[in-house]
Amino acid sequence: MIRLEHIYKKFDDRYVLNDITVNLEQGKCNLVIGESGSGKTVLMKSVVGLAEVDQGEIWYAERNFTRMERHERQELRKEMGMLFQGGALFDSMTIEDNVMFPLNMFTRDTYSSKLDRVNFCLDRVGLKQVNRMIPAELSGGMKKRAAIARAIAMSPAFLFCDEPNSGLDPKTAIKIDNLIHEITTEYNITTVVNSHDMNSVLEIGDRVIYIYEGCKCWEGTKEEVLHTDNEELNNFVFATRMAQQIKREG
Amino acid sequence: MHKWFANIGRYFLMLKSVFSKPERISIYYRQTIREIESHGIGSIGIVAVISVFVGAAITIQTDFNIENPWLPRYIIGVTVRDSLLLEFSSTMVGLVIAGKSGSSIASEIGMMRVTEQIDALEVMGINAAAFLVLPKLIALVIFLPILCALSVAVGLLGGYLVCLIGDVIPVSDYIYGIQYVFYPYYLAYAMFKAACYGFLITTIASYFGYHVEGGAVQVGRSSTRAVVISSILILMTDLILTNIILH
Ligand SMILES: Nc1ncnc2c1ncn2[C@@H]1O[C@H](COP(=O)(O)OP(=O)(O)OP(=O)(O)O)[C@@H](O)[C@H]1O
Ligand SMILES: [Mg+2]
Repeated sequence: MIRLEHIYKKFDDRYVLNDITVNLEQGKCNLVIGESGSGKTVLMKSVVGLAEVDQGEIWYAERNFTRMERHERQELRKEMGMLFQGGALFDSMTIEDNVMFPLNMFTRDTYSSKLDRVNFCLDRVGLKQVNRMIPAELSGGMKKRAAIARAIAMSPAFLFCDEPNSGLDPKTAIKIDNLIHEITTEYNITTVVNSHDMNSVLEIGDRVIYIYEGCKCWEGTKEEVLHTDNEELNNFVFATRMAQQIKREG
Repeated sequence: MHKWFANIGRYFLMLKSVFSKPERISIYYRQTIREIESHGIGSIGIVAVISVFVGAAITIQTDFNIENPWLPRYIIGVTVRDSLLLEFSSTMVGLVIAGKSGSSIASEIGMMRVTEQIDALEVMGINAAAFLVLPKLIALVIFLPILCALSVAVGLLGGYLVCLIGDVIPVSDYIYGIQYVFYPYYLAYAMFKAACYGFLITTIASYFGYHVEGGAVQVGRSSTRAVVISSILILMTDLILTNIILH
């Protein structure tokens, strides 16, 4: 479990995160939703320590992340996997080397067992025969899936996914969502997913946290999302004409 | 002014994390070999070409300047050798590599910064500064002295060729001159300077790449700045070292 307590973060004089307190639960997909620019990425980066918060504390179970030394953080990060919004694959390496990279860095397994693990991960995200390709040779969606494979290679205890399915067709998007959900429950890990896709919310949102202009505006489950009377959330959820119509009829 | 101090502070902070304990020696080792290939072996060609021309030019020029009947002709060989050793080779190699490797290091690391690859390394629990900079640093600090020695040799060859083909001094005088009272210490001095330049180039280029914010334009700008600043610092260091060591 990850606990955020009164997180504030500002750029120049503008607060991008404003007093966010939330529990991110283990064995569940914690979906952070919100409009573009609402602060989802900044929140995720603060949680993993790529951005320093100005105020507030972040707890990984009983470990206070905000007060850790650099090397302590480095240790903790071996338990983390993260998917970046842009993929962030190492573009000088093949896909195989990308996924194998954390294994090379932190395990002492034999090459063949690492390769097995790599192929297992690539297979899970539905990528075949890309081992020898470099990231530039993949499509946008394939890059994203390769990045997920790299994030899960070390069997992390904490998985962070920044918009895992943006830029994917609906069918692949749902596959990826389900994959993330499966991994989460199977290995009982703490997963945080940033998204602005309502499909994901309804598919895998065990817990949904709605961020509005840097504040936590609402939290609940995917069932509750559709029946809330929170005005901002309603505007967000029923943004499309189709959704509005379904609501009126439904 | 304030910004300069902040930059210098961040530069030393980066150095501090570069020199912390590597996660996996074997991977750093492999990475270092790769960097030696690209920045060291890959620069032999350009260093050789430039050195042969500079060596030839210095020979002609020295001959032109020392038109004194009282001085023996082999003095030209001695002068060419000593100016290559004491000044030209190390500085030339430094400036050439600052342009070639400095810009490539800055833009490579800068690109990794703006595409979040450095963040990805950090989140994996890897000391990104050390992982990216240390292999390059070792590669250049080891290989720049080698390039410098090579440059001296090829420069002398250039002088030889110009004596052979052109109408400068007799080849035998030149050969005698470049062997006349040779201090091995000069070579060590040149190689030491080159190693210092290797350190400057890598750390400055890495610093500018590592702290890029923005996109492609900023990456380009920071790689230019890396080349400019490291060139200036190379010349300043040259002055300081020459002053300290040769005086
Ligand atoms: N490095 C930065 N410097 C200044 N402002 C920033 C920086 N990073 C983010 N911001 C600001 O923080 C706000 C939140 O950005 P963030 O990237 O978290 O949005 P997001 O919710 O992830 O949006 P999207 O869904 O489009 O990815 C934006 O208004 C952005 O301008
Ligand atoms: Mg984002």
